[in-house]
Amino acid sequence: MPKNSAFSLVFSVAQSDQAVSPGFKTKEELPMKQPMLRKLGVSSAISLLAVTAVHAEDPIDLTIVSWGGAYTESQVRAYHDPYTAVKDHITIINDDGSANALAGLRAQSMAGNVTWDLVDMLPSDAQLACDEGIIMPIDHDEMLAPAPDGTPASEDFLPGSLGECFIPQILYSTVITYNTEMFPANNQPDSVEDFFNLEDFPGRRALQDRPAGSLEWALLADGVATEDIYDVLATEEGVDRAFAKLDTIKDNLIFWTEGAQSPQLLADKEVAFSTGYNGRIFNAAQVEGQPFDIIWDGQIVEWDGWVVPYGANQEEVLEYVYWATDTQRLADQAKYISYGPARASSAPLVGEHADLGIDMNPHMPSNPANYQSPIVLDNDFWTDYGDELRERFANWMLRG
Amino acid sequence: MTQIDGTPNGSDNDHKVNGQMVTVDGTPLKASLKRAERKRTLIAFLLVAPLLTYLLISFIFPIGQMMWRSVDNPQLVSVLPKTLEALQDWDGEGIPDEPVFEALAQELTVASANRTIGRVAVRLNYEISAARGALMRTSRSAEDMEPPYKEAFLDAHRLWNETEFYRIIKREGRPLTASYYVAAFDGTYNEDGEIVMQDENRRIYIDLFIRTFSMSLGITLLTLLLGFPISFLMASLPMRKANLLMIFVLLPFWTSLLVRTTSWIVLLQQQGVINELLIFLGVIGEDGRLGMIYNMTGTIIAMTHILLPFMVLPLYSVMKTIPPSYVRAAKSLGATPWTAFWRIYVPQTLPGIGAGAVLVFIISIGYYITPALVGGQSGQMISNLIAYHMQTSLNWGLAAALGSVLLISVLILYWVYNRLVGADSLKLG
Amino acid sequence: MAVPTYAGPLERIWYYTFRVLCGLIFFFLIAPILIMVPLSFNVEPYFTYTREMLMLNPEGYSLRWYQDLFTSESWLTSIKNSMIIGVSSTIVATFLGTLAALGLSRSEMPFKGLFMGLLISPMIVPLIISAAGMFFFYSSIGLANTMPGVILAHAALGTPFVVITVTATLVGFDHSLTRASASLGAGAGRTFFKIQMPLILPGVISGALFAFITSFDEIVIVLFVAGVEQRTIPREMWSGIREQISPTILAVASILVAFSILLLTTVELLRRRSERLRGMSPG
Repeated sequence: MPKNSAFSLVFSVAQSDQAVSPGFKTKEELPMKQPMLRKLGVSSAISLLAVTAVHAEDPIDLTIVSWGGAYTESQVRAYHDPYTAVKDHITIINDDGSANALAGLRAQSMAGNVTWDLVDMLPSDAQLACDEGIIMPIDHDEMLAPAPDGTPASEDFLPGSLGECFIPQILYSTVITYNTEMFPANNQPDSVEDFFNLEDFPGRRALQDRPAGSLEWALLADGVATEDIYDVLATEEGVDRAFAKLDTIKDNLIFWTEGAQSPQLLADKEVAFSTGYNGRIFNAAQVEGQPFDIIWDGQIVEWDGWVVPYGANQEEVLEYVYWATDTQRLADQAKYISYGPARASSAPLVGEHADLGIDMNPHMPSNPANYQSPIVLDNDFWTDYGDELRERFANWMLRG
Repeated sequence: MTQIDGTPNGSDNDHKVNGQMVTVDGTPLKASLKRAERKRTLIAFLLVAPLLTYLLISFIFPIGQMMWRSVDNPQLVSVLPKTLEALQDWDGEGIPDEPVFEALAQELTVASANRTIGRVAVRLNYEISAARGALMRTSRSAEDMEPPYKEAFLDAHRLWNETEFYRIIKREGRPLTASYYVAAFDGTYNEDGEIVMQDENRRIYIDLFIRTFSMSLGITLLTLLLGFPISFLMASLPMRKANLLMIFVLLPFWTSLLVRTTSWIVLLQQQGVINELLIFLGVIGEDGRLGMIYNMTGTIIAMTHILLPFMVLPLYSVMKTIPPSYVRAAKSLGATPWTAFWRIYVPQTLPGIGAGAVLVFIISIGYYITPALVGGQSGQMISNLIAYHMQTSLNWGLAAALGSVLLISVLILYWVYNRLVGADSLKLG
Repeated sequence: MAVPTYAGPLERIWYYTFRVLCGLIFFFLIAPILIMVPLSFNVEPYFTYTREMLMLNPEGYSLRWYQDLFTSESWLTSIKNSMIIGVSSTIVATFLGTLAALGLSRSEMPFKGLFMGLLISPMIVPLIISAAGMFFFYSSIGLANTMPGVILAHAALGTPFVVITVTATLVGFDHSLTRASASLGAGAGRTFFKIQMPLILPGVISGALFAFITSFDEIVIVLFVAGVEQRTIPREMWSGIREQISPTILAVASILVAFSILLLTTVELLRRRSERLRGMSPG
């Protein structure tokens, strides 16, 4: 038994050296082990390795927290499975707790018992966690792979995407979608205004149960220019105006919480329109063949990415992150879900959907045809005004 | 007890020494009895002790600890002690003087370096919007600030120019706070530091408490309305038939809550069984599908179904004991069936009605799962808001304050229930 | 309650109306539970009865959702977790609860009301409050997101049921029986096993069943205290309902209904046995 495992360990160490960009500790360890192998007799080398390597290659469970559903699925196929295939001592446990990630991180760090190793979260929450010192600051050039042409990570990731403790993965967007069967063929909606137009486009609508996005759309539909939205929203009158616009459709609104709900509500024809994450909508429309159409006009774009809590397996996690956020891996994720990779160098590598064989480019939020008039979510605005607006929005939702 | 009775030689177990009853070994009987009594009390207590300890540690203490969060306010006190001390001399008007800012600059620099500022920023943001931005941005530059600090601060963020901000810092710079409870009752502080009601459009919790209570009341009435006839029927049937009908009550009682909630979703949703049936029968058109779920209607229907057994069980057990002869006697004395029922029968069922109603009401006001799954927005109850503040807004102090209010309401109701029927009469199954 | 022969026509009408009314209420109670059982055999992923199903055409029915269930790793794990958590917490709750009930039902027990109130508090406190409290406490001692944490939390919730059912079997218990046993030379252990045990056993078992079903059906504590590795059946159903109600959930639900019928029967048989033993009902 010890002999066997030692063999497999030698094998996996050698293999991982080729297949995986080396991380931190392993970088120094590997060259040391190889000369030793040559120097010593084979059997003693095996026993020596068994001692040193068993320690380094103990089975490790990495708990990775993400958003669940089609999104986690894309990460499993693009990152986790290929990674664990070469690192067979690592087992990745998927937790779909991202919706409550900040609560979980706070509680775990307060308790001094961090069970999460890597967390997928939004940049605004990442900044909060970072300020509270419960996640690790990231030196992007040191901890992340450069582009294949040698461009350092800090320049390769798209402008504005990097955060103090935040490693971006994707650019996603929240879009207004409708079920084409709910409207006659000659009268299909095509703008944010139509979402607020009950007269020409009757039916219930589903909106996410958070103010970010909803208020921006309300102002846009009320005639505010995209570039002025946050200036208007920073004033009391602007907020009143947004809520007044939302009030006009309040009786026809229901609210969703989790990403998977919006395609479900649309598919069940519980609603005619729903806002939703473009990747989930893509999945429902292209993979499941649902009759959904996206209104790209006024899409709300935002980054999403990793943060590293101070957990037990930091070394292994950083090694994983180095690999999982390199140019090829980010491009690979786009094979499974229609979110834009956060690296400039990944963009040319985006190709066809892994199962459907359709070109993914037209479905990316960052595709020029779709990126005509996006609203880029202003994280500074939302960290400053978020608490108050969230409270007001929650109150507004609850008022029957 | 062995000392008192059953002495094997049994001849003289009632000796008297100096006129006192004594036992075989000569101890006075009174003392011996007392000791035996104490021993038995101790044994009884020792039997209860393991569970009591377990619950105190794993259940009651955690709840106490959670309630403590509703007043606990350590953030400012621990991170900004010097600033708070300097603020003691400020009269609450205008902008404080230089010493406050000097202390602030110093403490923000430290807090920024060891990342303790984040918690303070989050804490103050509950009280005033943009406080987080003000503190985070200022603390990053605090290290490079030079005297006079006051001017540096006034330039750093607009909030430092507002008297209210300093008032809040001073108010929350105490280890205990009332502000979570103030918020839980839709209150706020005015300029003079007095507690006043929030603006109309920001009030929410009182409405929600009222909604929770009135929904619970409605559900209680509905369960009574539905539970009374069937309990009456079962009580008047022979045992065998009644037991058979009892299955209809007990099966839902034993079925998983989530299963029952699922089945209501299947029944009530737009593409669900009831809508399809109504369309098939031609009662409604394809466009007229009824929105019976993800709103208050859905919550009330599902909860009435789920809680009906809790009404029927106590009601039935009381009705079973009412002798039919009273009603018969009333009728034979000339009362109409209605009078006999209303004046003679119903008063005797009151203990059952009381027990069932309080039980259903207590369970309803703390309900979380069903409103969360089928309630939409209009069907949300106070528990859902507590969960929201626990998991989403992360304002744990407010969650604790709302939770404490809910807990106290439940305990009062339970006390009433106890007075009404006695806790040991809680019957299961 | 047959219609008396002397009843007038009005009374007759009322009598039948009343019966119909009660029938409707019983229907309201039971129909929602039974209606989804056939739907779980639907060959289509819809939640309505298809034409084939209504015509009892075998082609309208299939076991595919049951197949889905028993091949899905996450459902199987959740079934395993529910069983481990349910059984372990039941053992803890039954042991502690039975001891406490024996103590509480002794006439010498001081402050009975107070202790009873404390011991059944887990049943009274709204679950969201228990869950919030346990979330902080279990996080701080490192038991959050662990199996022992969930088991201990569920055990606390289950104890009141054991205390109540066991206490109920001891109501009217004649303590002179134990004294008689002792006076005849039996030790405390022997007295307990020969005299009290047979009497409380039905109560212990039904208390244990209540504790088990409490844990088995519990979701709020699991949402707050359990991690992804301790997902239980209700937790899987919760995400299923929130995200996507697939007929697989109906398959799970149908199995749970069958399970509850089983439990109900057991508890009912036990209750009757207990009443017979205590001579409270004529067998």
